[in-house]
Amino acid sequence: MPEAPPDTRPPVVTPSRVVAGLCLLVPFVALLWVNSYARLTPAFIGIPFFYWYQMAWVPVTAALTYVAYVLVRREERARKAGETR
Amino acid sequence: MKNGVNGVALGVFIFFFLAVTVLGFLAARWRRAADPLHLDEWGLGGRSFGTWVTWFLLGGDLYTAYTFVAVPAAIYSAGASGFFAVPYTIITYPLVFLFLPRLWSVSHKHGYVTSSDFIRGRFGSKSLSVAVAITGIIATMPYIALQLVGIQAVLDVMGVGGSDSTNWFVKDLPLLIAFGVLAAYTYSSGLRAPALIAFVKDALIYIVIVVAIIYIPYKLGGFDDVFSKAGAAYAVKTHGVPRGSLVSAPQAQWAYATLAMGSAMALFLYPHSVTAVLSSKSRDTIRRNTTILPLYSLMLGLLAMLGFMALAAHVGGKGYNAQLAIPQLFENMFPSWFAGVAFAAIGIGALVPAAIMSIAAANLFTRNIYRDLIRPDATPAQQTAVSKVVSLLVKVGALVFVLTMDKTVAINFQLLGGIWILQTVPAIVGGLFTRWFHRWALLAGWAAGMGYGTWKAYEQSSPAQSHFGGNSDMIPWIGEKGYIGLTAFVLNIGVAFVLTLALRALKAPAGVDETVRSDYTTESDPAPADPTVPGDPGVSPGLPEPAGA
Repeated sequence: MPEAPPDTRPPVVTPSRVVAGLCLLVPFVALLWVNSYARLTPAFIGIPFFYWYQMAWVPVTAALTYVAYVLVRREERARKAGETR
Repeated sequence: MKNGVNGVALGVFIFFFLAVTVLGFLAARWRRAADPLHLDEWGLGGRSFGTWVTWFLLGGDLYTAYTFVAVPAAIYSAGASGFFAVPYTIITYPLVFLFLPRLWSVSHKHGYVTSSDFIRGRFGSKSLSVAVAITGIIATMPYIALQLVGIQAVLDVMGVGGSDSTNWFVKDLPLLIAFGVLAAYTYSSGLRAPALIAFVKDALIYIVIVVAIIYIPYKLGGFDDVFSKAGAAYAVKTHGVPRGSLVSAPQAQWAYATLAMGSAMALFLYPHSVTAVLSSKSRDTIRRNTTILPLYSLMLGLLAMLGFMALAAHVGGKGYNAQLAIPQLFENMFPSWFAGVAFAAIGIGALVPAAIMSIAAANLFTRNIYRDLIRPDATPAQQTAVSKVVSLLVKVGALVFVLTMDKTVAINFQLLGGIWILQTVPAIVGGLFTRWFHRWALLAGWAAGMGYGTWKAYEQSSPAQSHFGGNSDMIPWIGEKGYIGLTAFVLNIGVAFVLTLALRALKAPAGVDETVRSDYTTESDPAPADPTVPGDPGVSPGLPEPAGA
């Protein structure tokens, strides 16, 4: 009789975790690649590109983190439901 | 510039200050729990804060008066390079999302109050946990001192105390009063005081920002004018070197990126951040906060714009103290009463983090030095008593710092503080995900990083000072200038990695791990049996005490 391992861990890498990970990774690539935005134009209401572009990443990052949050939470709940059954 | 006391502004300032003081003392009764003598109560607000309180508390905690004054001041002095604070406070939240829920869970399960508690439990190593605790305390003290410097700058611009007076007592009296009040309500109310005051602070700050960002450019002729004037000011050369630039030049981009990355990694390991995170009531609270905390980063970016406006409005002159630029801009631009509101925002913005920092440093001392090394049998009530006294001592230490030493010293230590805190990342963050690292290897890596970082920072010179003149240096092998803290961190990890391989080969004893895998993902105590109920929205008074911490 094949013995069931006592701790059947769910897989660490799942599709939704990969997507969540990517959502969290994107801001790093965008903001740490300084040369991609080190210029003055196009300006926005007189604010040089360098500044408004970085500030625009604030809402974008918040939205991406929110997506990651929803994905991770959904999966955690699904796992919990599986455990308690 | 200085022409006596600005009566109206001072009156408004005092009004807000008194209101906040009353609030600070009343906070002791807010959400009072069953066992007020436990350190969880005084030092972590009963671990009961929900999403919004946590948001205000963390915002009040991380975006300090020093940030409000120093970031625009850096922009005012040099332009683009000071703006790294914006990417830094953006990318810090994805990091938080990844590792702090795990720290929350394991701390909740085992009753940890500080990150050093976790290290001791995870690696069974007192020397490593004490190293982390001491790093936290010495990095926090000058940070508190800088909050007092921020208050001083505001008082200075209002014409009370400050550098004009010759009598040392009159000169420092306003600061002493502000300090005494802060110490008294922190002592009596613990973490609840700054949590409650943070609401006032943030409301004031947001109002001031919205008004400043619309009204000042309007008076200065629009953003176009502001930036062209600022650009002209940066182009002025002294000794053949321009003052600054509007965009990050190619040779400055490594420094910009490494500073952002290194600071982002350090931010959430400061003791006061950990304290605020552990005071929240669930894992989800933290994750949800990472999606709404960036609102503060937006505010920070807008504040940074004030640096350009101060430049365009011709605030200051030769040899001007850049730290005064923003308060001075407010005084010049706003009607007196609103300048008072702005000053109150900065002043209260300094009190909130100063209170949280002193509580965090006190918790570290009590849990990881007093209890672990001096009195292992201290009861929770005794720990609370010690923490309260230490929180006072920490603040007195910071006050002595401000009053006796040159201010550049405090700023140097602050710079070192970031470098130092980064050296606790391998042990804490590494420990949250893996126990592969050996405790002695982590200790050696920590020592190497601390040593290298301190030495390199000491070597930096600037036109104004011969040591601790900056935070960037050549990165070995890459040959670009970068943040010293991040280089030291890489060295730290490298040493820890190699020594772990060696120690494992030698089968050195690994220490006892009191945590298990599932501790890192556990939810709040009253386990939500029904997955459709999204967390508990109410306040659970007096959470069950974790058994035998």
